[in-house]
Amino acid sequence: MAQLIALFLCRCRPPDVVVFPRCVEEVSALAKVCHKHRLPIIPFGTGTGLEGGVGAMKGGVCFSLRNMEQVLDLHPEDFDVTVEPGVTRKTLNAYLRDTGLWFPIDPGADASLCGMAATSASGTNAVRYGTMRENVINLEVVLADGSVVHTAGKGRRPRKTSAGYNLTNLFVGSEGTLGIITKTTLRLYGIPEAMVSAVCSFPSVQAAVDSTVQTLQAGVPIARIEFLDDVMIDACNRFSSLSYPVTPTLFLEFHGSEQSLEEQVKTAEDITQSNGGSDFQWARDTETRNRLWKARHDAWYAALALRPGCKAYSTDVCVPLSRLPQIIVETKEDLIENRLTGPIAGHVGDGNFHCLMVVDPNDPEEMHRVHLFTERLARRALAMDGTCTGEHGVGLGKRALLCEEMGPVGIQVMQSLKDALDPNNLMNPGKILQREEP
Amino acid sequence: MSGRVLVGVKRVIDYAVKIRVKPDNTGVVTDGVKHSMNPFCEIAVEEAVKLKEKKLIKEVVAVSCGPQQSQETIRTALAMGADRGIHVDVSGKDYENLGPLQVSKILAALAKQEDAQLILLGKQAIDDDCNQTGQMTAALLDWPQGTFASEVSLEGDKINLVREIDGGLEHIKINTPAVITADLRLNTPRYATLPNIMKAKKKKIVTVKPADLGVDVTSRLEVLKVEEPPQRQAGRV
Repeated sequence: MAQLIALFLCRCRPPDVVVFPRCVEEVSALAKVCHKHRLPIIPFGTGTGLEGGVGAMKGGVCFSLRNMEQVLDLHPEDFDVTVEPGVTRKTLNAYLRDTGLWFPIDPGADASLCGMAATSASGTNAVRYGTMRENVINLEVVLADGSVVHTAGKGRRPRKTSAGYNLTNLFVGSEGTLGIITKTTLRLYGIPEAMVSAVCSFPSVQAAVDSTVQTLQAGVPIARIEFLDDVMIDACNRFSSLSYPVTPTLFLEFHGSEQSLEEQVKTAEDITQSNGGSDFQWARDTETRNRLWKARHDAWYAALALRPGCKAYSTDVCVPLSRLPQIIVETKEDLIENRLTGPIAGHVGDGNFHCLMVVDPNDPEEMHRVHLFTERLARRALAMDGTCTGEHGVGLGKRALLCEEMGPVGIQVMQSLKDALDPNNLMNPGKILQREEP
Repeated sequence: MSGRVLVGVKRVIDYAVKIRVKPDNTGVVTDGVKHSMNPFCEIAVEEAVKLKEKKLIKEVVAVSCGPQQSQETIRTALAMGADRGIHVDVSGKDYENLGPLQVSKILAALAKQEDAQLILLGKQAIDDDCNQTGQMTAALLDWPQGTFASEVSLEGDKINLVREIDGGLEHIKINTPAVITADLRLNTPRYATLPNIMKAKKKKIVTVKPADLGVDVTSRLEVLKVEEPPQRQAGRV
């Protein structure tokens, strides 16, 4: 049937063995053993990926890296730090709090930073701080045969380089199919002096997206622009006992000095009002801002609460900004036509949005409708010069879509790289690339 | 009223660190281990800085008792908005044996020297969990105390305080000068931002010795042994 249904029904694909190496030497030695005996290798950080990345489709050895949990080599003056796979993004930010620095990328889960590198993760403030692709300076990777490579040279951390092939970004997003990431050197940023959050309601999706585009064009270094459609806002209202107007809504956040904030907010407010947006609902101090954002953070649970007993699956397409209104409007029509529950939340500043599909796992007919919907959605995004996955990765379920997205030559290049680095297909087999089984 | 607030900040092992007992059972491993400001002290500093921002007090003085590294903790308080720091230099064996009674004598002496209107402390330190320093300091000064504070508001020369107690929330009104100890829900401490860390480098920290304050830091307690808690047994359903 469908890969999505396979994902739901075969939720747990456990490995045959789990190992807990404590250092890169142990990872390398274990990889050599696996290589010698042709055992599949499944790297495991926090297991919080959303595309089945840690499922051991052919069994094998899971490398749980949680015991490698050191923050190494912090250089506050250079804005960089190196961490091991057991360090999660919240742990790192707690560690850094006295230095005035932070690592801003914040996917929903408290994920392993090396795992985030492996999936090229992104968060709610990518519009200002970028994704993992822009913020990984160096990686230490153990390859399928146990050899250890430093993608930018051992211990090196220049802010920029043009030395040789960009190995670092080859491994970022490789989802464990090319090697096991055992260290990542990350770019840090100064903690913003001040933050202001605001909520603004719009008469239409077009108005909300137009405001987003214009704000970016006006050069406002906005930190977060999150879009919630009317269904999502309604769910949030019910779940968190709020009373936002039930129309397309933007949650905005601005970072900077007190002076620059005033300017940023004024510019943004002028723009939103000229697009028919409501007055800003404001928050300055930490407690009020947290309350404001709680609605957005609880979106997943709010969606689930719409249909108790059901499960949720998040779609993840990304298109150029100018196509966003069209794709959201067409997607909403599709949802209604096919009687599907799919409130929409999105990082609209990146052209990326998620439909939180709430579905009854015991209803195969509904599951099938959801699967077909997600395929149509991905193809709709591809037709608009976009991608089938903005931040969650390809994993198991989007391999066929990746072929459509890249085309045969692109896939062939990817396959050649895979064959060069992992000729025996031991590294997380069955992910990203579909292999013709002999 | 001087409008001056003393805030005590203690340097402790960071809350995220996995504590290990030394093989000789005389204490826990501190060498090479990450230290930071006691979380309840952070809350105390935040409250003091908020009072200053509301113009209800004039000056925040951060105090820490310990070795040279305690100055880092004072610097963090300065980066959060404290105006100046006092480092009471206690090191070696004296530091290992430093406890609430000696610290409260030091704070009492400093309060008199600095003509403090208010002393703000964390309710307890996360390393010894004593929860005694605030209370002892108040007793030594014969000042009122508002402990486990989850809300503080100044009203003229009095303080309205909400205390978190077992039975719920207790509302009290105390005179100043007073000692207040901060509980978890009093506020959310701000992060030290880079520009503020840079500014903090220019703020003054003065070093004094306990003897200068007329305080004898000899301990009346002797640690006999430090052990790990018993290993958790598997449960049975």
